[in-house]
Amino acid sequence: MKKSWLSRCYVGLVMFFLYVPIIVLIVYSFNENKSRGVWTGFSLKWYRELFHNEIILQSLSNTLIVAVISAILATLLGTAAAIGIFSMGRKARSLAMNITYFPIINPEIVMGVSLMLLFAMCGISLGYLTLIIAHVTFCTPYVILNVMPKLRQMDNHIYEAALDLGCSPMQAFYKVIIPEIMPGILSGLMMSFTYSLDDFIISYFVSSSTSQTLPITIYSMTRRKVSPEINALSAIIFVVVLVILIAVNVYGARQEKQQQKRYL
Amino acid sequence: MFKNRAVSAPYLVWSAIFVIIPLGLVAYYALTTRSGEFTLDNLARVGQYAPVIMSSILLSIIATIISLIVAYPLAFIMSRASGNTQRTYMMLIMLPMWMNFLLRTYSWMTILERNGLINRFLELFGIGPLTMINTPGAVVLGMIYNYLPFMILPLYTTMLKIEHHTIEAAQDLGATPWQVLSRVIIPLSMPGVTTGITMVFVPCISTFAISRMLGGGSSMLIGDLIELQFLGNTYNPNLGAAISMVLMVIILICMAMMNMFDDGEDKEAMLL
Repeated sequence: MKKSWLSRCYVGLVMFFLYVPIIVLIVYSFNENKSRGVWTGFSLKWYRELFHNEIILQSLSNTLIVAVISAILATLLGTAAAIGIFSMGRKARSLAMNITYFPIINPEIVMGVSLMLLFAMCGISLGYLTLIIAHVTFCTPYVILNVMPKLRQMDNHIYEAALDLGCSPMQAFYKVIIPEIMPGILSGLMMSFTYSLDDFIISYFVSSSTSQTLPITIYSMTRRKVSPEINALSAIIFVVVLVILIAVNVYGARQEKQQQKRYL
Repeated sequence: MFKNRAVSAPYLVWSAIFVIIPLGLVAYYALTTRSGEFTLDNLARVGQYAPVIMSSILLSIIATIISLIVAYPLAFIMSRASGNTQRTYMMLIMLPMWMNFLLRTYSWMTILERNGLINRFLELFGIGPLTMINTPGAVVLGMIYNYLPFMILPLYTTMLKIEHHTIEAAQDLGATPWQVLSRVIIPLSMPGVTTGITMVFVPCISTFAISRMLGGGSSMLIGDLIELQFLGNTYNPNLGAAISMVLMVIILICMAMMNMFDDGEDKEAMLL
């Protein structure tokens, strides 16, 4: 009894540490005063200013465009790559997987810098194109790592059965293999999308001032002494993330229940 | 089975152009002068920055150790909780990770600064303003805050696999709580420990935003040094590339050490 009380306290303490900064941001987003330390009264001023801030809105749309395009490209490239790597012999496969792990292990700053050098040498000016190339490069490995286990779990015989029943290899591929690995493809797509939205370090080295993404704009705002719009922005992002996470969790719990019912 | 190796060709070409060639370029820049002649000067000049490199290693190690100490009990408590509680804890730990780390770090600026929340609170008791921001301590705090979940999650996943019967068996056979911890739980959770250490140490040692925001100019890290060579006033990509190479070597050493630990464990398990 005493032990569970202690462990609850400990969890509470760590959660306090994790959430205090977020609560501070949200509370201060309603502060009328410009300064971070002083509370002068409740106001929605910063939300209004946020929605009139051209730079933030522009970088938000840049972020979404880059994230959608690079997530789709990375998913196509990565799914094809996973199927190809899965068909390889053992040696080629382990080599290809090492190449795949590399961008995940390599520190982001080195990847950003190395891509910057490449673009500078080829004379490609920094902008949307370089951002998308960089994002596809760091997202594709995650797609491969999501699709690979699904290929491994797949029953070999289904594909052969489809061929025996008169499918052409192409038909069997689209009607059997793709649906089988779809959950992996979708989670790879979602992961790519969120990593692309969130990336700061690599984007910082490969974007120009006209193609800034939201994290880069946030960074330049924090460099200024006072920028209370950040608080309002954080509060909005927090609520969006909270709603999505709750929805995913509720959906997951419901599916689990349905599955349990099916077994009963 | 459906086999088609050719479909991986676009990816392999892509990786060659955008992963392998850029790395070659880093090595090329590190070993040449600006006019393209071979030189070891850049690598030698990295030696000048030895204090920066040492202090970033030190700060990252401190942050990693504190994260491990904080995360270990938490992961254990989580892994022993009931299904629903586990799901809630997981969500609570993932949620902050979904907010951009720059926003979370910015919030610590509000809390730690000279007329920030902590100093205002202390003022009520007549304790003078403490200098907390722009110190190495603030940088370590920022690292721990941002990367603690990366320590918790791998620890939690390995601890989930430790069956409660194993712990009970040890207790039945007369092990003291300390022995249960040191001879059962810690050895069995070792893979999580090593993964957690790499997942926290690597982003800590290569960060530049956290040190810039919470450290002011007081504590420069390797990341800051690299960033300065490429985007700062002291534009010198050759030196920047050389420092990047050093950073990669440090990370390789860290990962090799972690692998060694893991292998040792496996061998021991095999002997049993």
